[in-house]
Amino acid sequence: MVKVENLTKTYDKGSIKALKNINLSVEKGELFGLIGPDGAGKTSLFRILTSLLIPDSGTAQIMNYDCVKDYKEIRKITGYMPGKFSLYQDLSVEENLTFFASVFGTSVEENYYLIKDIYTQIEPFKKRLAGKLSGGMKQKLALSCALIHKPEILILDEPTTGVDAVSRKEFWDMLKKLKKEGITILVSTPYMDEASLCDRIALIQNGEILSVNEPQNIINQFNRKLFAIRASNMYQLMQDLKRFENLNTVFLFGQFVHFTSNNREILESDIYSFLELNNHSDIFIQEIEPTIEDCFMEFAKVENSFEKH
Amino acid sequence: MNRFKAFVRKEFYHIFRDKRTMLILFGMPVVQILLFGFVITTEIKDVEIAVWDKSKDEVTQNITNKLLGSGYFKLVKNIDNEQEIYEAFKKGEIKEALIFENNFSKNLNTKNNADIQIITDASDPNIANLIVSYTSAIVYSYTSELNANLKIPMQIKTESTMLYNSEMKSVFMFVPGTMAMILMLVSAMITSIAITREKELGTMEVLLVSPLKVSQIIIGKVAPYVVLSIINVITIIALAMSIFHMPIVGSLSLLIGVSILFIFMALALGILISTVTNDQQTAMMISMFALMLPTILLSGFIFPIENMPKILQWLTIIIPPKYYINAIKDIMLKGSDLSYIWKDVAVLLAMTLILIGLSIKKFKIRLE
Repeated sequence: MVKVENLTKTYDKGSIKALKNINLSVEKGELFGLIGPDGAGKTSLFRILTSLLIPDSGTAQIMNYDCVKDYKEIRKITGYMPGKFSLYQDLSVEENLTFFASVFGTSVEENYYLIKDIYTQIEPFKKRLAGKLSGGMKQKLALSCALIHKPEILILDEPTTGVDAVSRKEFWDMLKKLKKEGITILVSTPYMDEASLCDRIALIQNGEILSVNEPQNIINQFNRKLFAIRASNMYQLMQDLKRFENLNTVFLFGQFVHFTSNNREILESDIYSFLELNNHSDIFIQEIEPTIEDCFMEFAKVENSFEKH
Repeated sequence: MNRFKAFVRKEFYHIFRDKRTMLILFGMPVVQILLFGFVITTEIKDVEIAVWDKSKDEVTQNITNKLLGSGYFKLVKNIDNEQEIYEAFKKGEIKEALIFENNFSKNLNTKNNADIQIITDASDPNIANLIVSYTSAIVYSYTSELNANLKIPMQIKTESTMLYNSEMKSVFMFVPGTMAMILMLVSAMITSIAITREKELGTMEVLLVSPLKVSQIIIGKVAPYVVLSIINVITIIALAMSIFHMPIVGSLSLLIGVSILFIFMALALGILISTVTNDQQTAMMISMFALMLPTILLSGFIFPIENMPKILQWLTIIIPPKYYINAIKDIMLKGSDLSYIWKDVAVLLAMTLILIGLSIKKFKIRLE
């Protein structure tokens, strides 16, 4: 469905490398997630796929249409939702939807079944101007507008950024329903916890793809013991753990510090005694299952050490 | 067709829901034309005068009556001492004072010579000049009447006729210029802002990733402004005709035809500006400096091109409003038909085609 080969994109005459030799393929009907922090290159990749940008080198194809040469075909089969809210704020919900339907040469009625579940949630506000909607409702409207022409592929750039937790969950439920309609969905997000909701994910950082796999497989590849640690003085805890022998990664994760060691046989008690030696109190240590974020940190670390050498 | 209709409808929503746009579109033309018509005036009418008639005879009465009967002057008060004159000037009651000398009629008959002193308020020198020349002209015409049956040896008289605007009404000169300015503003500035607004808000990104062709986006975007600009042209002409009694000597349809050509030129300019900018602020600044100032200063609207330094005169060759103002002035005031103004129209047409071509070529189908 989507095929990206050796794709490179730079800005400002090559001084900023947004994408470095990226390879990616997405199957038809897949819900594919592009996971990475801000500035990783997600938006650049999506803009190339939607024919809005021209890559420096490499190719990108959707359904065998080249994203540069066949941009006209590409624009017929894609539904695109940019990262920034891009509907007409001075038009009402209803007017926005009707406008985008007619721009794509269809009508709201024709594909109503596709957006029904989403649209019924914002329908009570259909006379309200789009600019006056809440964040979650804006995204639902934007999704409706991107869907109204029944695209083959839906490209969503950070649709859940700045949206409350409840709306985020609803949004992902909708994506799952759309997947059942046979629409291929390519979605990017900086939220690692959303990764597990995708069929397959690509971890991306600094314009490079760290790993592409099913979320569970990525977690399974994590072959270290992971500890969640807490103590009364969190700042000192971080500083001390950084001095730990055989340290692999240590980073703050909510109320805990996540810690991995190069010593795969390490035990909770080893860490405990080290911390006690450093006068920490209220120490809590537990070995836990890794999340996608832990995997991301692990991959990112490997990637960074390659860069340094 | 359906796409186009939806696009135009959307554009009208934008226009009607934005108070600022509405104000510029409909409020400004009316205000501009009224301002130029009433405030900036180079003609005189009902000038307040005071008369100190020291002689009070038949001749001075006649001259005073002639002055007041002309419609240019209005008698505010009769005075009988010098002090009063300066007070009246200071209070701003009068703009001119006339003093007839003693024994005016007698002097005229015996010495063939009599004096009138004219005192004017020259804090506005142009108006003062006009007042003096109007007064002198009226007095002169009165003396000519007196001399009608006398034979004066060897006299050269100049007689001037102001063709096409015989009453020197300045509003007639301002209407064509104001039309050019408003059409530039509405067509070029507002369209460039309307297009860059889509870029700024990110909606252009969505429009580009749709099956709309570039030409459909452009035409859909500017079509409403064509309609509104034509309404503006008609409003201005109607105002000029009804309030300022401006005669339109030539063909009204030719006038509107040339105006539509100019509207297209301005729209193309607006699109061109929007292709080189990404935000509304810049688009507005460019429109202001690159379009409005030349339209006001270099088009012959306010300052005659013939009086400019040579370099500026050459520069006016590339200023489209110059040709437009030329053409419609001829149509309105001289009643010229196409065979007289075809040169101006041809230049405008060529400029329009080049600009349309350029703006379509430069309009980006992508984000960079």
